[in-house]
Amino acid sequence: MRTVYLDHQSATPLLPEAFEAMRPYFTEYYGNASSLHQHGLRVREALKKARQQQAALVGAESDEEIFFTSDGTESANLAVKGVAYANERKGKHLVVSATEHPSVMNSVEFLEKQGWTCTRVPVNAEGFIQLDALRKAITPQTVLVAVHHVNHDIGSIQPIHDVGAVCAAAGIPLYVDCEASAGWLPIDVRAMGASLVSFSPHRFYGPKGVGVLYRHRRARLVSILHGGVQEGGRRAGTENIPAIVGAGVAAEVAARELSSRSAHVARLQTRLWDGLLAKVPFIKLNGPLPGPGRAPNNINISTEFIEGEGQLLLCDLHGIAVASGSSCVSKSLKISHVLAAIGLDHALAQGNLILTLGKDNTEADVDYVVETFAKIVGKLRGMSPMWDEFERGVIDSVIAPRGVGRSFSEHAAAVSGKPAH
Amino acid sequence: MSDTYTLYNSTVMDHFMNPRNMGDLKDADGVGEVGAAACGDIMKISLKIREGRIEDARFKTFGCGSAIASSSMATELIKGRTIEEAMSFSNQEVVNALGGLPPVKIHCSVLAEEALKAALEDYVKRHPEAVAKPESVPA
Repeated sequence: MRTVYLDHQSATPLLPEAFEAMRPYFTEYYGNASSLHQHGLRVREALKKARQQQAALVGAESDEEIFFTSDGTESANLAVKGVAYANERKGKHLVVSATEHPSVMNSVEFLEKQGWTCTRVPVNAEGFIQLDALRKAITPQTVLVAVHHVNHDIGSIQPIHDVGAVCAAAGIPLYVDCEASAGWLPIDVRAMGASLVSFSPHRFYGPKGVGVLYRHRRARLVSILHGGVQEGGRRAGTENIPAIVGAGVAAEVAARELSSRSAHVARLQTRLWDGLLAKVPFIKLNGPLPGPGRAPNNINISTEFIEGEGQLLLCDLHGIAVASGSSCVSKSLKISHVLAAIGLDHALAQGNLILTLGKDNTEADVDYVVETFAKIVGKLRGMSPMWDEFERGVIDSVIAPRGVGRSFSEHAAAVSGKPAH
Repeated sequence: MSDTYTLYNSTVMDHFMNPRNMGDLKDADGVGEVGAAACGDIMKISLKIREGRIEDARFKTFGCGSAIASSSMATELIKGRTIEEAMSFSNQEVVNALGGLPPVKIHCSVLAEEALKAALEDYVKRHPEAVAKPESVPA
């Protein structure tokens, strides 16, 4: 059976050259970077080189602006809480887009319980932040604006330079979550006007266990992990040297191959969406069309009349690895907050699937996915009472309404006795 | 990798991949369709009832793997039962027969129970005589 990995948003295979670079740091160069002897000084050099490699990927002025954390979640927690705590006396108001990653959203919720307030700026149906609303959200009490570069679910590329200009005009630090863009889109932290930027090398063929946080030298940030004075006192804890070394190699290769990787996945992205649209009726692309507004590696679809987990499981049984934002997939039984924020009908959010391409995917992979997926949809629709009711005119399609029958949501509310959340 | 890892146990996966009694019944005697407000899943069960006994059952489900497996198993379990027996059917039977469900998926089995009971209610509505009990004589 062919296996096609289409979940590069979750993890990517480690580059062999990154793995080779990491190897001696497990067994030979095992020193702690805080140690003052040869073993420590050696890895300190490696740490500096790794910082330079990350700085080069995102256009940081100096490697001293690069901090290593354990992953993207920790970076987001440090960025949000670290800036909020550092500026507590200035004000206790935060502004975030409505479609930030859960690591940002939940950090904000944590602060709200401690007396901060937060304004969530809405996005439009394609997932782009509304700049007017952003301008209006900023108050004299605002100490941080957080807007991601590329949306982790639907691939929308935010007008981040405009966001940066708004923040610069207001004099508010901007944190840009680049987890879904680093390694795939060019990033220039200075052109963005960002005070903080986070990204994770495991999204671009580096190892897990390391996250990167860029901090502009003038941005105030206090530590949220307390201990030693590693990472300039802003992130206590022994550095994960092997992962940091591997991440450096991954960043260097990503910078070199960025345009060819992006062009490759962009071609596959178009082929995939065109193929799905041709082969699967009643399917919708969530987020912007492939092109300048969308990350080149992301396809997010809703397949009407069927649920996402079933699609995911059957894909997996056919060797195809994908993700879903359906409520059945989430442990909270809630649909992805991103799909809710773009105003997607609940029925369509239930049928959600997220496919993220990588450098090693081929046209043959994409063709196999399209062909297999069409069969999977047919099987699940055959089992779905909604498909049958649509065919009998009891309910209507959201994607291509025929003007016959009630909406899925009305129907679901009628049979469950309560409106779907 | 030679092993295959599965999200659910082998019984659940089997009922998801090879669902039993999937479909509709022509001239069903009772049909129940219910939705879960929690997650948005929808389940429909159709029954054929002969002489007070469930002769045949079919399901259709809009939902996750465990919802499909739960409805498949529920239809298997209730075939041959009397209306009275079926009225006291519990989702726990589905969970047990499936060899367990993840805690977050227990509500799928509840939905199967509710769909079955909705189908029985539909039958009773159409055939009130089926459950009319002889008038009890005071002692």
